[in-house]
Amino acid sequence: MDRIAFLLATGLARGLVIALFALSLVIIWRAARIVNFAQAAMAVVAVFVAFAVTALTDSFWLGLVAALVAGAVVGYAVERWLIRLVPARTPLPGMIVAIGLVMVLQAGIGIAFGPQHRPMAAPFSEQPFTVGGVPVLSPYDLFVLLVALGVVGGLALLFNGTTLGLQMRASAMAPEVSRLLGVRVPRMVTLGWMLSAAVASLAVLLLVPTELGLNAHSGDVLFVHAFTVAVLGGLDSPVGALVGGIVVGVLISLVTGFLGAGLAPIAVLALLTLVLLVRPGGIFAVKEARTA
Amino acid sequence: MSPATPRPTTAAAAPAGASPAAPAALGVEGLTVGYAGAPVMADLTLEVPAGQIVALLGANGAGKTTLLRTVSGLLTPRSGRVVLDGEDLSAVSVEDRVRRGLAQVPEGRSVVAELSVEENLHLGALWKIPARRARRDAVEAMYDAFEPLSRRRRSLGHQLSGGERQMLSLARALIAEPRVLLLDEPSLGLAPRVVAQLLDTLRDTARRTGLTVLLAEQNVTSALSVADRGVVLGLGEIVADAPAADIAADPALRHAYLGF
Ligand SMILES: Nc1ncnc2c1ncn2[C@@H]1O[C@H](COP(=O)(O)OP(=O)(O)OP(=O)(O)O)[C@@H](O)[C@H]1O
Ligand SMILES: [Mg+2]
Repeated sequence: MDRIAFLLATGLARGLVIALFALSLVIIWRAARIVNFAQAAMAVVAVFVAFAVTALTDSFWLGLVAALVAGAVVGYAVERWLIRLVPARTPLPGMIVAIGLVMVLQAGIGIAFGPQHRPMAAPFSEQPFTVGGVPVLSPYDLFVLLVALGVVGGLALLFNGTTLGLQMRASAMAPEVSRLLGVRVPRMVTLGWMLSAAVASLAVLLLVPTELGLNAHSGDVLFVHAFTVAVLGGLDSPVGALVGGIVVGVLISLVTGFLGAGLAPIAVLALLTLVLLVRPGGIFAVKEARTA
Repeated sequence: MSPATPRPTTAAAAPAGASPAAPAALGVEGLTVGYAGAPVMADLTLEVPAGQIVALLGANGAGKTTLLRTVSGLLTPRSGRVVLDGEDLSAVSVEDRVRRGLAQVPEGRSVVAELSVEENLHLGALWKIPARRARRDAVEAMYDAFEPLSRRRRSLGHQLSGGERQMLSLARALIAEPRVLLLDEPSLGLAPRVVAQLLDTLRDTARRTGLTVLLAEQNVTSALSVADRGVVLGLGEIVADAPAADIAADPALRHAYLGF
């Protein structure tokens, strides 16, 4: 019983990080109709900036701010100077360019910083609290949980409660009609990339202290999990990303805890296969046809 | 120019107390547009005087949609230019043409399907009325003008009937008080009575605010009944340009280019 409570709690914290990253994939898909395979590599670049800032200032918090800002800058640069030049008639060219970008970024980071993992200290203890002698959640897990919930809430507010969010949603769903209503669609697409990359960078930053450390591939496994989640939930569905992230996080945690870490990837794949067999469009996929 | 026959007025379609913007003239000069291959129209020139309703007629594939999309900037012409109140729009983006008062209701169901009626209306007003309070008032005014929409405020676009969608598209264009309105087949798929109501609303709005309208229609009779002038497009050229009543009364023209 103790074990289950602990695994569920850490699974939830881990799941919310996956959900954040999946949410970043949903944002970019909705804004630009691209599955951004370069998301993890871009986020890692931003987290390297955060790492440098933390190393220079000794402050995790300044590093966190730096990750968000650097993520947005990387998102801006990639959209304006790369993706915008790629023909967008079908999604394929964009995806291929994104995969190419992964190789360039990861090789670049490898050349500049070497293959070693650079440990990053968590700002809070990773020793779990105990409730009545039962270990549940570490202060850092709690911090991750709160940040993730805050970001999810903030994004929901942005998209559903502001005129900027309204314009971003409209641009994604009906770019031509939106232009005819005076919405500056290219600007909304750029903003979508910036927002998405910033959220992804935050997710990687939150993850790194609980892992071996930072290197060029620190975001890879997170990307695979988040991609699974985004497909599970339907790439269009923020709610799907959130729920799917938690489900996958808890699944990984339980399988790792009871059956061993080696089986976790297989469990995730099995879940993915199962869902795609039952609902090819994802659990939360919307059926409606889109307008041009 | 034929005087419009008086008709029962439907509801007013502009925010109460709003002063209508000055009417604007639309010009198309020597326009050549096409897709891959031969141009759809070559060296086409057309004048829509300020405050007039001009019906743009022609068979399927005559180039009505192509012309409207070029005027709004979605298509770039091979040569020629679009002029709004004397200003050459060639270098002006779609979004900035909207800000100059040029609005287009595109062909088909242009309502954003995943947004609610209310959100669609706000979207149309955003660039013009950034302040939330004033925008809400403008949206309310549209509900007054288009009664059926006020009962569907929270409905999503894809939940509306064809007539409601067309009504919403029109309301969404009018909310920003355009000076020139391009309408592409508003009658598409609608019952005759709904078409008549829609066009009545359009004409009343135009009369009251001095709105200039270029109305592309297959539904020749309805279009001519609200238009001042009719322009008939055939194979990429203007084959007739005359007062609406004259075109309606010309059987030869109707047979040759309008198919009835
Ligand atoms: N996207 C496109 N690519 C290639 N050709 C096109 C495209 N759109 C229209 N055309 C062609 O251009 C010509 C004019 O089409 P357009 O849509 O302007 O006609 P229309 O007068 O609006 O017809 P309708 O009354 O059927 O709407 C047609 O021959 C059509 O096949
Ligand atoms: Mg057409």
